[in-house]
Amino acid sequence: MTLSQVPASYRVSSRRDETHDTVTLTLEPAGDPIAAVRAGQFTMLYAFGIGEIPISVSGRPGQHALAQTIRAVGAVTTALCAMPAGQIVGVRGPFGTCWDEADAAGRDLLLVAGGIGLAPLRSALLAALSDRQRYRRVIALIGARSPAELVFGDEIDDWRASGAEVMVTVDRADASWHGNVGVVTQLIRRTGVDPPNTTALICGPEVMMRLTARSLLATGMSAGNIRLSLERNMQCGVAECGHCQLGPLLLCRDGPVVSYQVAEPLLATREL
Amino acid sequence: MPDRDVPDDDAAAQPWHMVPDDLDRLHGALTAAGYRVIGPRLAGNAIGLGELASARELPFGWGVTLAPGGYRLRQRGDNAAFGHSAGPGSWKEFLHPPRELLWSATRADDGGGFRAEAELRQQPDKLAFLGVRPCDLRAIQIQDRVLGYPAHPDSAYARRRAEVFIVAVNCTEPGETCFCASMDTGPLAGPGYDLLLTELVGESGHEFVVGVGSAAGRELLADLALRPAEPGIVRHAREAVSDASEHMGRTMDAGGLRELLAASHDAARWDDVASRCLTCGNCTMACPTCFCTSVEDVTDLSGDHAERWQSWASCFELDFSQLHGGPVRASGVSRYRQWLTHKLGTWHDQFGSSGCVGCGRCIVWCPVGIDLTEEIAALRDELAPANESGEPA
Amino acid sequence: MSGVSIRELGQHAFARGLTTRQLDALAALAVSVEWPAGCRLFEEGDKAARLWLLRSGRVALDLRVPGRERILVETLGPGDELGLSWLTSAAQWQFGAIAQLPVSAFEFSSAALVDLCEADHELGYQLTRRLLVTAIARLQAARIRILDLYAAPAPAAGGTA
Repeated sequence: MTLSQVPASYRVSSRRDETHDTVTLTLEPAGDPIAAVRAGQFTMLYAFGIGEIPISVSGRPGQHALAQTIRAVGAVTTALCAMPAGQIVGVRGPFGTCWDEADAAGRDLLLVAGGIGLAPLRSALLAALSDRQRYRRVIALIGARSPAELVFGDEIDDWRASGAEVMVTVDRADASWHGNVGVVTQLIRRTGVDPPNTTALICGPEVMMRLTARSLLATGMSAGNIRLSLERNMQCGVAECGHCQLGPLLLCRDGPVVSYQVAEPLLATREL
Repeated sequence: MPDRDVPDDDAAAQPWHMVPDDLDRLHGALTAAGYRVIGPRLAGNAIGLGELASARELPFGWGVTLAPGGYRLRQRGDNAAFGHSAGPGSWKEFLHPPRELLWSATRADDGGGFRAEAELRQQPDKLAFLGVRPCDLRAIQIQDRVLGYPAHPDSAYARRRAEVFIVAVNCTEPGETCFCASMDTGPLAGPGYDLLLTELVGESGHEFVVGVGSAAGRELLADLALRPAEPGIVRHAREAVSDASEHMGRTMDAGGLRELLAASHDAARWDDVASRCLTCGNCTMACPTCFCTSVEDVTDLSGDHAERWQSWASCFELDFSQLHGGPVRASGVSRYRQWLTHKLGTWHDQFGSSGCVGCGRCIVWCPVGIDLTEEIAALRDELAPANESGEPA
Repeated sequence: MSGVSIRELGQHAFARGLTTRQLDALAALAVSVEWPAGCRLFEEGDKAARLWLLRSGRVALDLRVPGRERILVETLGPGDELGLSWLTSAAQWQFGAIAQLPVSAFEFSSAALVDLCEADHELGYQLTRRLLVTAIARLQAARIRILDLYAAPAPAAGGTA
């Protein structure tokens, strides 16, 4: 047995219901902590006896506590979403590449989030806002299914107060909604981008990321300045089980954050 | 334990001479040194790998006839111990076991927490591999790169691997499906062995030339008091091995495979091979470098004791690429393409070498006889640029 | 309402690529308009007789459904065209439109636009192409919304995620 494969014990210090099926758990080490996590990386979260799933960190990097936002879509995620404060969760990681938002110093940082994809981007946004002077504009374009399924909705005013321009749109409005209605790519033109001086980070369902990247390319941005957070079946997290391959990439090691220049031909190939 | 990483210049210069009876003395020396000896042996209608109680259990006099989708034992008519090509098994069964307990834990009293069970952290058995073909030696080294040896010395793989004693055997008689020469992995063994045998059997008798590849190998041989090999027999052995590279069962044009496969995603050939491929995954089980595994978490009925098990998986499994309720690679076309593109192409991107050693097992153990050397040749033809008249080459 | 200069019109995304002569002809037809937030621009079923090029603010397209409050269908903002239904034979607004935020726009009479395009087919082709591209983009966006990509994936039989 390799002790390094055993998950570290973290305790749920608090939990927040973001929507009817999405929960943010704040986790604090109950024993030895894992190494410092950077925005864009993920951990493998373990529910005792049930299993493990990869979840990107959604909180500000460099904190003692880990924030992880989970959507209940199966046995493990449902168990994690049901955990009360005080419960122990297993954590392995951190794994993978980071958003590297810091390399956009002096440039416009554009984040485009679709649905639960806002969770991995939130860590980059919070990191950027904690060092706001480093960037020119910080823009977040957020697409949600409906107002009830918008995650972190109550933080948006704080983000604006910290210097982010935030535009939110929903696919389907309800009676209380007085904001944008439409797909998130429609916000790109309305916000105005400066293509040669923008670094874009995109996260959401793969179809949404492909369409968004194409829309950004159409404005004149270069593929090397667009980054996506890709997803495949992940089991070991350490590039040894082979499940997370996408062509030449092992996403637990060469991703999940991948530049669109690398990702575009891979995503364009059917069933790669 | 002598340092295996230190090359042994003196030893490499002095080959030794062995007769067949010395194999058992070698076996004895290994067991006396605390090794369990694993080697080829008859098992059912094949020559598999298993623990040898003595060297007499080696398959003396047995050979094999190989073909796409075909494997038959045959009586050789001589008494060669290693006169057979790769069988269905490979050394990965022992280094990267088909099923392995990663860890187990019990629920702790404070509710929700768990405690890993430390008593599972036992020392692995010391294994000696007797009869490692050059292709299989390279396969072990390729898996080393993937599974973290020596990069991650604490991993289960590394701890098992660090203890292994390798007696390699050069090839003098390639099998019908062998193409190690094309993949530059044989028939002469590359570095990484402790001892290297070349078996010579013919009119002048049955004997072995023994090369030393490490300090551990030299130390073990010292107990056997072998006499030095005569220059004539050393030359005979060298020629037998270099002749073998002219008599390969198959060849594969291995140049530029990474680029060829990267450009082949939409090739029509994939539909052709997929119409034959059963996606049974035999090739991945038989291949000595295939390493993919799946993880399973289980508990007992009380729910208080949990285990995580790792077992061999195959990219041909339909749910290997399961994501959001369905496989990314659903069609047989995509799964065959994934396997071959990974083995010969993207393995370079991921691990810095080819994943194929030319052992030919995938050809033999494919129930429909798909031959990857043929598939690659067909892909080359399909993707070749048009000749001057504008027609496909 | 006031006249529109070529320079002002030329800054709108819709005008990109038009020649000075074409801009001149269009600007002659344009008037600058503004609405405060909450002002209704038109109702579903009204005669469709205008094209607007939105410059700032946000317009919401809505639909009346018995038993429910108005449903928000889509919002349009700076750089977008508002009002395409005059191109169809029915020439009736399919949705209502209301200013969600204070809006400024260039307004065109669709009848005057049609006359201009009849007289100048080259300009007509340019305008029609731009409106067609807009319609295609909105069709694609609408199709994507129907796919409901942000919905939770159906759990696989025996899946563990």
